[in-house]
Amino acid sequence: MPANPSSESNSQLTLRHVTKRFNGRAGLVTAVEDISLQVKEGEFLVLVGPSGCGKSTLLSLLAGLEQVDDGSIKLDGADVVEPGRDRLVMFQQDALFPWLDALENVMFGLRLKPGLTDAERTEAARYYLDLVGLGDKEKARPHELSGGMRQRVALARSLAPNPRVLLMDEPFSALDALTRDQLYGDIQKIFTQRKKTIVLVTHNIREAVCLGDRVVLLSPNPGRVRQVFNIDLPRPRRINDPALATLAADITTALSAHLAEPKEGLV
Amino acid sequence: MKSPRALVPIVIGLLVLGFWEWYVRSGRVEDFFVPAPTQIGAWFWSALCDGSLASATWVTMRRLMLGFAIGAAIGIPIGALCARSSLARDTIGILSLGLQTLPSVCWVPVAIIAFDPTEAAVVFVVVMGTVWAVVIAVQESVLNVQPLYLRAAQTMGSRGWHLWTHVIFPAALPGIISGLKQGWAFAWRSLMAAEIFVAIIDGFGLGALLNAGRDLHRMDLVMGVMAVVMLVGLLADLIFFSPIERWLRRSRGLER
Ligand SMILES: Nc1ncnc2c1ncn2[C@@H]1O[C@H](COP(=O)(O)OP(=O)(O)O)[C@@H](O)[C@H]1O
Ligand SMILES: [Mg+2]
Repeated sequence: MPANPSSESNSQLTLRHVTKRFNGRAGLVTAVEDISLQVKEGEFLVLVGPSGCGKSTLLSLLAGLEQVDDGSIKLDGADVVEPGRDRLVMFQQDALFPWLDALENVMFGLRLKPGLTDAERTEAARYYLDLVGLGDKEKARPHELSGGMRQRVALARSLAPNPRVLLMDEPFSALDALTRDQLYGDIQKIFTQRKKTIVLVTHNIREAVCLGDRVVLLSPNPGRVRQVFNIDLPRPRRINDPALATLAADITTALSAHLAEPKEGLV
Repeated sequence: MKSPRALVPIVIGLLVLGFWEWYVRSGRVEDFFVPAPTQIGAWFWSALCDGSLASATWVTMRRLMLGFAIGAAIGIPIGALCARSSLARDTIGILSLGLQTLPSVCWVPVAIIAFDPTEAAVVFVVVMGTVWAVVIAVQESVLNVQPLYLRAAQTMGSRGWHLWTHVIFPAALPGIISGLKQGWAFAWRSLMAAEIFVAIIDGFGLGALLNAGRDLHRMDLVMGVMAVVMLVGLLADLIFFSPIERWLRRSRGLER
């Protein structure tokens, strides 16, 4: 992989004027338009915005599952054109394979990673299952686990091949509040210990403030960057911390203001 | 709770057989027209003792398994191809759908013209009975694999052959198995048709035995063979397909 030659010094993931359109039933939809962002190595970036503002689309583009129509996405200076092990995705639904047990699910990506012995793969898979607190569940099939446990296995699966960037698409939205709070703790622990670059998508502003170093506010029709907030609260952060609540309220206000604005195209 | 459930059908079955026996014995119906259960049983016992039943069953099973295996081996890759390419789907896929509705007896004349009345003709009919159902089942179950699985696997670096063997086929397996089960049922029906119509010198199967019963006006033989044919079909389901399906459903939590 080439080193980063660009002037965008220590940014690892660079989006320049990214636009993506879909030719759906309702005609041409511009899902995201002219989005430029830079994500630094080891940064936790959160994309927030109402449903339909192109968050998932943006993540699929970063994952290489979709191709940009305009603009470019680069990881360490190289164009992102296809899915790759350096950018693993955690989806809203756990996407665990029901024909494999928890350990085998975590092994899936590891088996595709060259240069490891089977013993090393098993050891790594066990390590990450332990890390997410499921060391005793390695033989369980996905249907034998709760929603929160499944999402934890999915997290271990995404972490195990040691990707450069972890992409997460609303991974907590289907979980109950208690499990979610626990996972906020786990994610932050892993983030600080493993120093990963993380891009997380959510429509939950509190969650964004709790987890992100930077929160990018998107607005829909078409999806655009509206505002960027730096979150300087010390970690580990707790979801019901009052300082966090105040910041979240500010962002919510900003979001409502943007949504109330008249559409440029219509004026 | 187990014994009453098994007991009731046995008792009812015995009652029906008893009534049937009495009805025939009392002379209300000619026994060359409807033989009594004991007469069928007598044929069954003698055919079992002289080995003719076992050898006919073996000949039939051998053809069935060979034809089914060939049909599945052809049908699975073609079904996969149809799922992958819309061109294949619009051509081979549609053709398979049409040919599946064709009663498999219709293949018998084709087989006889193409292969003469030989073993190959019978196996050909079985293959034709199996293959189209398998093609359609594989095509449909591959198309129905959750896109999310594919996306997840692709981000982890799975491509091409690995994606097929490690994600698409395992995900489609329940559908493929029920397709194979359906293919097996069609194969079984087509085999009986072929064996009744194609008189082959080098192998005397259950269908031929049935046909011989007709020529000899031996209703006991005909009904006895029919019972065996039914039993074979039932056993294939009971000891092969049902356990696989149950295991698949249970291991994936689709049942309880
Ligand atoms: N495959 C697709 N085909 C057509 N339209 C799509 C497709 N994916 C997304 N869109 C459209 O793009 C817009 C953004 O969608 P999405 O990225 O899923 O939003 P979000 O994740 O923020 O809710 C929506 O208007 C959606 O209808
Ligand atoms: Mg979404």
